[in-house]
Amino acid sequence: MMKVENLSIHFEQDGELQEVVRDISFCLQDGEILGIVGESGSGKTMTALTIAGLLKEQAVLDGGSIFLDDTDLLTLSAREMREIQGRDISMIFQEPMTALNPTMKIGRQVEESLVLHTKLSKEERREKALRALQDVELVNQEDLYGRYPHELSGGMRQRVMIAAAIVCRPKVLIADEPTTALDVGTQESILKLLKKLNQKYHMGILFISHNLRVVNELCSRVLVMKDGVIVEEGDAEKIFKNPQTPYTKELIQAIPGRTKSSAFYKLLRAKAGE
Amino acid sequence: MNVEKQRIKKRKMGKTGYNFTFGLVLTVIMIGLIVLGFFWTPYDTEAMQGSIKLNAPSLAHIFGTDQFGRDVFSRVLAGAGSTFLVAAGTILIGGGIGIIVGSVTGYFGGWLDETLMRINDAVAAFPSVLLALVIITVWGTGKYKVMLALGVAFIPSFARIVRGEFMRCREADYVTSAKLIGVSTPRILFVHILPNILPALLSALTIGFNNAVLAEAGMSYLGIGVQPPDASLGRMLSESQTYLAGGPWCAVFPGLFLVLIVLGAGMLGEGILDRFGGGRS
Repeated sequence: MMKVENLSIHFEQDGELQEVVRDISFCLQDGEILGIVGESGSGKTMTALTIAGLLKEQAVLDGGSIFLDDTDLLTLSAREMREIQGRDISMIFQEPMTALNPTMKIGRQVEESLVLHTKLSKEERREKALRALQDVELVNQEDLYGRYPHELSGGMRQRVMIAAAIVCRPKVLIADEPTTALDVGTQESILKLLKKLNQKYHMGILFISHNLRVVNELCSRVLVMKDGVIVEEGDAEKIFKNPQTPYTKELIQAIPGRTKSSAFYKLLRAKAGE
Repeated sequence: MNVEKQRIKKRKMGKTGYNFTFGLVLTVIMIGLIVLGFFWTPYDTEAMQGSIKLNAPSLAHIFGTDQFGRDVFSRVLAGAGSTFLVAAGTILIGGGIGIIVGSVTGYFGGWLDETLMRINDAVAAFPSVLLALVIITVWGTGKYKVMLALGVAFIPSFARIVRGEFMRCREADYVTSAKLIGVSTPRILFVHILPNILPALLSALTIGFNNAVLAEAGMSYLGIGVQPPDASLGRMLSESQTYLAGGPWCAVFPGLFLVLIVLGAGMLGEGILDRFGGGRS
């Protein structure tokens, strides 16, 4: 179980302070999929990066703790944190086109975590990497193993990213807008894949998105963030159907195509000559 | 359709294949000759023979003989060897230290970057050959000292190129991915980023190699590089200038070798950049 308590972060740039995350607390149960929604600048990505152990240069931690089981990640040294990263906590993010190293073969990239965190032999690593590629529903794993990223499509690369993230079977997978850069069809299949992996390996997923529809589809519980604060929290279905705050209502309204009368659809219909 | 295909092929060849293939073939031949020169030369490179002074090229001496009756072909082979050795050593020292300095400054930035790059600027402010001249004057002459002096003088240019490339790559998403799975910083620098800057680095190394060949030849020509009786291409050029009218072959062949080595490496570097560096942003 992962528990975030009273986490506060601010940015410091040229002497100017800017609060990014203000006193947020939540927990992620084992095997749960928790969604965080909010517009850009709401602090959701900063929260994710902090949990993943990658505080940006300008960011200053004001306080709080992040417990993974019984260890407070924020008290660990950089070296100790590196042990946790990739083994217990993994993260995938938005850009599948650039997130893979163009000069490394797919197999090597999926194996990198195993090289760092295990003492497996080359053959064992290969076997595990192929297994991970199979887990993310890529076919011809043997062939893919020796290929370079530029030979793969965006959707395939995102799957490879996921394979590289789960190859060590982490307890927590952070997914920061993993589907935003993909087309709708691919989005759908990646969401299904995350759900499947969650059920198969009982892996906790922290799913971050600005799209409440996507979050509703995948997550059981949802946090709504605005300006670094959690404004609403609860059952995804309930929040989606009966939002309590004006901000959440706004977010739901912003989903294109939810109501046929939305301005977007009016425009489309006008274009189609209806 | 066919014509179009041919045109595309032609354009492709003109852009990448030609430089790369020609440069590679030329470089392999030159290195082959140099390696041959280390183990075998048709005549002793230092054996003087008064009876055959300044003989024109013949079947016995295909590049002719010099003012002491030494076989020019043998001396060219050996001379190319020492020139090549000095150039390779220069690249090894300059490139090696340049890569370390450039990667660290480019990746970390901050005060480390400021300090190292200001020292770098100070070294770069002197023309590299002039700097090498000063170092030689202080340390004394000799093949290995020339190598060291040129190596130090070549550090700034490599450091600058590598630094720029690392600055470009440090924000890349794949570096973030690597950090997120707990890759240590040295491993990020040299396993994850370095292969990505190889196209730029390789072409810088080949250009640097050319400059080193010419710098060595220039210094030997001035008489402060490789010392007699060792042969070096620059030294042969300088010794032969008195006999330019009576025995032009003494100057032409070392010069030709110099040109071919530089040309081969230059084209190879260009070809590598075209072939492997073009597709990247």
